[in-house]
Amino acid sequence: MTRDDIPSPSIFHPASSTDYLPVPQLQALQLMRIKETVALAYHHQQDGLLKMRMDERGIKPSDVKSLEDLRRLPFTVKTDLRDTYPYGLFTVPREEVVRIHASSGTTGKPIVVGYTQSDIDVWSDAMRRSMLACGLNEHDVIQVSYGYGLFTGGLGAHYGGEALGATVVPTSGGNTERQIMVMQDFGVTAICCTPSYFTHIAEKAADSGVDVRKTKLRVGVFGAEPWTESMRHRIQEDTGIRAFDIYGLSEIIGPGVAIECREQSGLHVFEDYFYPEIIDPETGEILPDGEEGELVLTTLVKRAMPMIRYRTRDITSIMTEPCPCGRTLRRIRRIGRRSDDMMIIRGVNVFPSQIESALMRIKGLSPHYQIIVTRESGLDQMEVQIEVTPELLGDRIRELEDLQKTISHAIYSTVGINAKVQLVEPKSIARSEGKAKRVIDKRGI
Amino acid sequence: MKTVKPHNRILDAEESMPREELAALQLERLQKIIDYAKRVPFYAEKLAGINGSDITSLDQLSSLPFTTKQDLRDGYPYGFMAIPKDQIARIHGSSGTTGRMTFVPYSHNDLKIWTRLVSRFLVAGGLQPGNLVQISFGYSLFTGGFGLHYGVEATGAAVVPAASGNSERQIAILRDLQPDAIVCTPSYALTLGEAIRASGIKHEDLNLKLGFFGGEPWSDEMRNRIEEDMGIFATDNYGLSEVIGPGAAGECIERNGQHFSEDHFLVECLNPETLQPVPEGEKGELVITTLTKEGMPVIRYRTRDISSLHYEPCPCGRTGVRMSRVTGRSDDMLVIRGVNVYPTQIEEALLRVREAAPHYMIDVDRPGTMDVATVRVEILPEMFSASMKEMVTLRDKIQKAISSVTGIRMEVDLVAPQTLERFQGKAKRVTDRRPK
Amino acid sequence: MKLQQIAIFMENKPGHLRTICRTLADAGVNITTLSLADTQQYGILRLLTDDSAKAQKSLTDAGFVVNVTEVLAVEVDDSPGGLLRILDIIGENAINIEYMYAFSHHREHMAVMVFRFDNPDKAITCLQNNDIKVLPAIDILKGSW
Repeated sequence: MTRDDIPSPSIFHPASSTDYLPVPQLQALQLMRIKETVALAYHHQQDGLLKMRMDERGIKPSDVKSLEDLRRLPFTVKTDLRDTYPYGLFTVPREEVVRIHASSGTTGKPIVVGYTQSDIDVWSDAMRRSMLACGLNEHDVIQVSYGYGLFTGGLGAHYGGEALGATVVPTSGGNTERQIMVMQDFGVTAICCTPSYFTHIAEKAADSGVDVRKTKLRVGVFGAEPWTESMRHRIQEDTGIRAFDIYGLSEIIGPGVAIECREQSGLHVFEDYFYPEIIDPETGEILPDGEEGELVLTTLVKRAMPMIRYRTRDITSIMTEPCPCGRTLRRIRRIGRRSDDMMIIRGVNVFPSQIESALMRIKGLSPHYQIIVTRESGLDQMEVQIEVTPELLGDRIRELEDLQKTISHAIYSTVGINAKVQLVEPKSIARSEGKAKRVIDKRGI
Repeated sequence: MKTVKPHNRILDAEESMPREELAALQLERLQKIIDYAKRVPFYAEKLAGINGSDITSLDQLSSLPFTTKQDLRDGYPYGFMAIPKDQIARIHGSSGTTGRMTFVPYSHNDLKIWTRLVSRFLVAGGLQPGNLVQISFGYSLFTGGFGLHYGVEATGAAVVPAASGNSERQIAILRDLQPDAIVCTPSYALTLGEAIRASGIKHEDLNLKLGFFGGEPWSDEMRNRIEEDMGIFATDNYGLSEVIGPGAAGECIERNGQHFSEDHFLVECLNPETLQPVPEGEKGELVITTLTKEGMPVIRYRTRDISSLHYEPCPCGRTGVRMSRVTGRSDDMLVIRGVNVYPTQIEEALLRVREAAPHYMIDVDRPGTMDVATVRVEILPEMFSASMKEMVTLRDKIQKAISSVTGIRMEVDLVAPQTLERFQGKAKRVTDRRPK
Repeated sequence: MKLQQIAIFMENKPGHLRTICRTLADAGVNITTLSLADTQQYGILRLLTDDSAKAQKSLTDAGFVVNVTEVLAVEVDDSPGGLLRILDIIGENAINIEYMYAFSHHREHMAVMVFRFDNPDKAITCLQNNDIKVLPAIDILKGSW
């Protein structure tokens, strides 16, 4: 059970007014913004990708006359970002860009995203409205335990907390003991991090005799990785906080694309900023509301790098019934799986192809490898098993240990997280007939 | 590619205010802050009987009590906070090189001023609107990352928040995103510069023109090395989270000391033993009084940083007093056989010897009654295959350089390239094993 | 003088050593001596056999990762200070020992140690100059020593 002293999150805040726009007005706004965005991307994308694709289909920006017309436009996919790296999808001169973030791409090259000042303002506003939806306000002390840096989680939550007028404690990730100390000593009331890191913090706290229930912590805003309803129940039971799911991706803006409200039943998409569609991932056809498929998002106000029909690879459905909270923003169901092989490990996106490209840079390494993902006391662990070849084997242990270090470093410099490297005998990794089974995910999410 | 000196640009009128006007402003603000600081129990007690209006001259500063790091620690966590919790916009922690951390609350106004002060030194060091800046400081409770992040934003330049670590990725960003400037600690700049050289990337492949380095003491020789490796114009900046974070002072393009933002800070330079002012230009400990801080004002805070103050006019037009490079901390000052030695002096000596890499560790021991200081120095890879005789010559050369800078003889051990620890944040170079 | 040593990569799993011995037995290879260096996850088994070519082939065919390196077998006086004398000679000549292990059988007053040096040729010369016997392959592996 949650605590009694939780103020009702239903108290209306003016910053949230757009959440309640009547649907016809919202749709009129969306249409206007889609037209602007398509025109911007069509005329100004540096690599002219959208223009080329639209011209091929014989579509002009002026052909978009209704929301339904959006379906005629081409998709944008993750590899487009890689192929236009670094600045090809930017639509403004570099002087107007005030921030650059990056996330891992599908292979070695990262994906770069840019923001103008107005994009940062929009992002901060989306995060502020997200926090308001979770019942936070300017009196809250928000600990941001997401990693700060190129990853959008940390700075996204940070700017949102500032826009809200709350106290922000930028602990960043890691150093769990200090996280717990800060939480207690500063009367932290809300925490932003990945759900798995929070369970780790809570576990460590319990180990060191700290009862999270006795702290002032009452809200968790958790995202950057998929988690389940049963994990939510456990977190809420164990720590007495209310745990909310937040959704976002850096290609679109970062965290703050969609958020749960106090009903904790589906995530409201900030539809005045991001337009959602659900498609059949095989055929690309739009599916009616309620049916499960791949989420496709179009940004409505992004200036530096607008995205038209970006295929998120996240599988969900749009909920049809209105939400009791009164928000008119449509809800998507919590995301449980993806239509590709991307893993999210400690909040970081990792593709098996990245690991492969890191391994293949090392001379003499076997092409047979396997990635095993586990979760030990809340923290994701990645182990990479690789078969030893005669070229790599000397007669000294030190050489093998050096090899392990080299591999581990290659992986770290590619994906930014540490993996445990295990050398195994030849043929001990199962060979498959068709697609190799590269990943064994034992986390049960 | 040669280092290009940027043009002189001054952001705020306060930076070039005539000193008499400045003094009047300081006095007015000092009077206010004395009354304001009494919201903090520590100051209510220490300043009992002193009112702002009693202070009629800045000379009376010497009658005010000091604040030490230990005082701040004793007040943990909220003892020195002068605003209600509700008004805290952000909480940072001091880097805490020794003992427990201290936490520093900022009001919205404090954040605004901090951002402006960082912008001042960025502009002074040549940053232009529209530039792209790679911030390779860690973002966390440590003030470096955020201070620079907001400061860069406010100048109209763009930020790549690379944060610290993962040198390969840092270099990929430098190469692919073509930033104009980089921000990090000088020791990390050295590591990155070395990695750039090793990777075979040429200066022409990069767009990097400026570097803003701070967070730890460094030397002119180190600056030369970094500038050469990266092909940039590098400036130094100064600050500590107890007074605000980076931005208390920063170099202009003349690079003859770091101009203090004296409209927000009163700075003194005192003999750390007697606590009396040292003559202008002589080394002493910096003591800082914040004039406008709301979240956590400090009166005569003993920074432990050893520097000197210079008042003669600077060609750039700024009137703010210039502090020389911090040459060490009064608490990491080593007293070896009675002589005061700072780790940065060793660095300076090493950088005079071309065949030595600027990576070193200092071990101090007392096997009998005499202190023995041993400096472990990495040699450059090209020296690795040198003959025994050449090695001995090199060792003697280093030893001589050290003794000419510090005035004492130290043992020198040459070690293989890439064997000493590299630091991504602040370097920890001294191991003192003497019995206390 | 130099002996062909077989190094085999081995995961730390029960029954593994047995499989290796079985493979060699089936191929009619006799193991003269062996040593095992290991970490938590894996180890390297080092073998001297009476037929290293056959050993290498049979193990490779059985799916093991095998590598052949050269080591020296050195006669050591089986009395206090016996090994010390060899180490002194090696040290004085700035030769490094990568690793060493004892040969499994010995004769009265004399033992045999197997050494892996960073500079085996120099080691042979230095040891022989000091009247230390480096055993030829044929003696040691065929058991005629």
